[in-house]
Amino acid sequence: MRYPRFIVQVAVTAALLPAFAGAQVVAITGGTVYPVSGPRIENGTVLIRDGKIAAVGANVAIPDGALRVDARGKWVTPGLIHALTSLGLGEGGSPEFSGGYSDGRARGTDGIAATFDAWRGLNPANTFIAPNRQEGVTSVGVIGGGGMIGGRTALIDLVEATSATAMLRKAPTAMLGGFGSPSAGTGARDEYWDKWRRLLDDVKAYQLRRAAYESGSTRTFETTQANLEALIPVVTGQLPLMLDVDRASDILAALDFAKQYNLKVWLANASEGWMVAKEIAAAKVPVFVGAMSDIPTSFDALGQRRENAAVLRAAGVTVVLVGIGTSGGGDFNVRNIRQEAGNAVAYGLSWDEALRAVTLTPAEVMGVAGSVGSLQVGRDANLVVWSGDPFEFSTRAEQVFVQGRTFETRSRQQQLTERYLTLPPSYRRP
Amino acid sequence: MQSLRPLLALTLAGLATVSSPPLRAQTAAPAAKPTSAPSAGALSRPNADPFPSTYQPFPSRPTVIRNVNIYTAAGPLIRNGAVLLRDGKIAALGATVDVPAGALVIDGAGKFVTPGLIDTHSHLGVYPAPGTAAHSDGNEATAPVTAHVWAEHSVWPQDPQFPRNLAGGTTTIQVLPGSANLIGGRSVTLKVVPSRSVQGMKFPGAPYGLKMACGENPKRVYASRGPSTRMGNVAGYRNAWIGAEAYRRRWDAWLATPTGDPPARDLGNETLAEVLRGNILVHNHCYQADEMMQMIDIAKEFGYAIRSFHHGVEAYKVADVLAREGISASIWSDWGGFKMESLDGIKANIGLTHVAGARTIVHSDDPSYASRLNQEASKSLAAARAVGLDIPAEEAIKWITINAAWALGIDRQVGSLEVGKNADVVLWSGDPFSVYTRTEKVWVDGALLYDRADASQRWRTDFELGYVPNAGGIR
Repeated sequence: MRYPRFIVQVAVTAALLPAFAGAQVVAITGGTVYPVSGPRIENGTVLIRDGKIAAVGANVAIPDGALRVDARGKWVTPGLIHALTSLGLGEGGSPEFSGGYSDGRARGTDGIAATFDAWRGLNPANTFIAPNRQEGVTSVGVIGGGGMIGGRTALIDLVEATSATAMLRKAPTAMLGGFGSPSAGTGARDEYWDKWRRLLDDVKAYQLRRAAYESGSTRTFETTQANLEALIPVVTGQLPLMLDVDRASDILAALDFAKQYNLKVWLANASEGWMVAKEIAAAKVPVFVGAMSDIPTSFDALGQRRENAAVLRAAGVTVVLVGIGTSGGGDFNVRNIRQEAGNAVAYGLSWDEALRAVTLTPAEVMGVAGSVGSLQVGRDANLVVWSGDPFEFSTRAEQVFVQGRTFETRSRQQQLTERYLTLPPSYRRP
Repeated sequence: MQSLRPLLALTLAGLATVSSPPLRAQTAAPAAKPTSAPSAGALSRPNADPFPSTYQPFPSRPTVIRNVNIYTAAGPLIRNGAVLLRDGKIAALGATVDVPAGALVIDGAGKFVTPGLIDTHSHLGVYPAPGTAAHSDGNEATAPVTAHVWAEHSVWPQDPQFPRNLAGGTTTIQVLPGSANLIGGRSVTLKVVPSRSVQGMKFPGAPYGLKMACGENPKRVYASRGPSTRMGNVAGYRNAWIGAEAYRRRWDAWLATPTGDPPARDLGNETLAEVLRGNILVHNHCYQADEMMQMIDIAKEFGYAIRSFHHGVEAYKVADVLAREGISASIWSDWGGFKMESLDGIKANIGLTHVAGARTIVHSDDPSYASRLNQEASKSLAAARAVGLDIPAEEAIKWITINAAWALGIDRQVGSLEVGKNADVVLWSGDPFSVYTRTEKVWVDGALLYDRADASQRWRTDFELGYVPNAGGIR
């Protein structure tokens, strides 16, 4: 069984130098605590020990010697999870920023890059990581891309590290399937789905007849052996297949395809999801949607609207909020996930549901709810102390803990800001 | 600071000489009278207006919004005040106003009023939705200098992005050519209103703009034929202005003594000459501080003014210079890192530029951002305060209203709520600096053109019929 070797549940051991690195116990006291897994706690305490949440509640005994964070008047929530980013896979929109590599994009074989693990090329020194963490994002999905199959996705924690492995929370989380003829090298829609069907039939055949394949006595398969191997967890339903579909009829086609092959499927974008919300709910398929665009950007997204998340949720669909609408810089602004959540509320989602859609729900969908996404005893201490409502613009993330640690490194953006807050003497002449 | 008064007077005078009937009358009138002489446009006279605005305000009724908080963009927040819109203008404003007989009275308890928002950097109509090659009309990327093209000739009035901008409270936009070229062509300032023609959207009396672009885009687009470097870019601007200056002199001499045949017309130089005469405002796409400084020198060399630097990712580095030179900065709230020249983007850019005294503007360059300019301004306000810049909300509202109006040369008509100005007004469900606040109603020249409560009256473009599901009913 080859699948498990790709699963990496990370135990964090790296010793870094954050403010709360040395402290064994941190007590965040007096804040309004939103565990997400349970009701709000007024004047609550969150106790962190060894990077994990040791206690949460209104009556928590604080051990002697605990470092205290006074959170009176503050809000305490789980760290935000943005499930759909390519953070760390490049800057500046050009391979020149990454030694000539396009780390977010594999070529694959005939557009199939099932063995591509984008996170392995992630640059922990990427300058966007710190600013996004500083605004309350503690975990992000790392999504590559390619043609028809864009490789395996992962979830990382935004810790300071020197290796991508040290940032990993889970890999793989899903297999990324593109959509559309150009990416798949197919013309008609049905040709695309037919290619999928033939591919998965081959994977099944290969799985059953691996020995015959090795001896060269099978028919020719659609793709390489490496791709066939990598797709086995998809056909066995162990590894979700993330499909990027917008048009309502394409969403239904994706659901049919998933049902026919008994696949576990996630839908990304799903601009017209609200039009087929009942069907998505019945299929128990989670969606990754935004809440900030109502523009019919393409003929496949004519029905795009900001209420998509709210309508889907009301129909019982599992909704993960992602930054579809936060264009302009992409990974530079993963932090705008909280603006996305605020807009989702303005357009019909309840506040509690919106918070859940950027914390516990993505953790559940990705199978890491046992370690992040909520404030419960035993979970990793990924949490944020906010000056107020996390979705409001005027609110600041005052303390961001990732695995119980905070990070004091001045980001490049902070350094530039500080330099120009007071014009340096050498710059006083134009 | 450059005074607008003579400029507007000239432009308005130009309009008056070419007085044209409204669109409706034009289409209804039989072609009875053949025109005898060519219009001023055919003779290349400055301020000729060959595509005149046919915009007419929509029907309105006197409207009072009372018990409402008012960001005027011209002074302190008026709490629980009132505003009267009558005959398309702000007729009264203050703690209370007299309610005329028959006026619609709206109780604004807990709500806010602002001027209609203004976006200095839009590509609506020239890059419409849905994106198709057939409608990709924003960059005449066939030569590095295309001063001869006018953005308005690319505007598709049925772009479904127009009603979405209006629904976000944006009532005036400048539509610019793209940034492929050193000089991309004329911009046009539009009212965000339904119309069959772009002329029906043109903001009456608004001066034209000229789009120029620095840096990476032109040298990338023309890498094979040149310019392929920044020094090539600068040579390209200067060569264009040298030609334009000669053209202006020839024409100004002929206009002073119009005897014999006029000099040969050149569409590109006509536009550039109008910039040199101060009648067309320069809008310069420029990310880097060092390039802005060079563009300022080029402007001085040829005697024109830069009205606004657009994108200005590094505006904060030279904000003192922009303030001194009277150049506004049209900036994104939080974009950066997407190419080399945008690497130094910081969220405090707006705040730092503002406190240095430069006219600061939050622009969009994005159809979705343009439908929530208030949120973009909110992010900038929060980022400024986070680094200790104490900027009141009454100032921040100017980033998306009066400062933008100034950049477009229409600050005497719109951009603030003051008696006598156009009644472009937005009623918000709450403080526009909150993420939870939505637009409730939007008036343009006193006419209610968006009403969240009345989906049946919602503006739907021709394109949307049968294509875009009318979700209005189930919102």
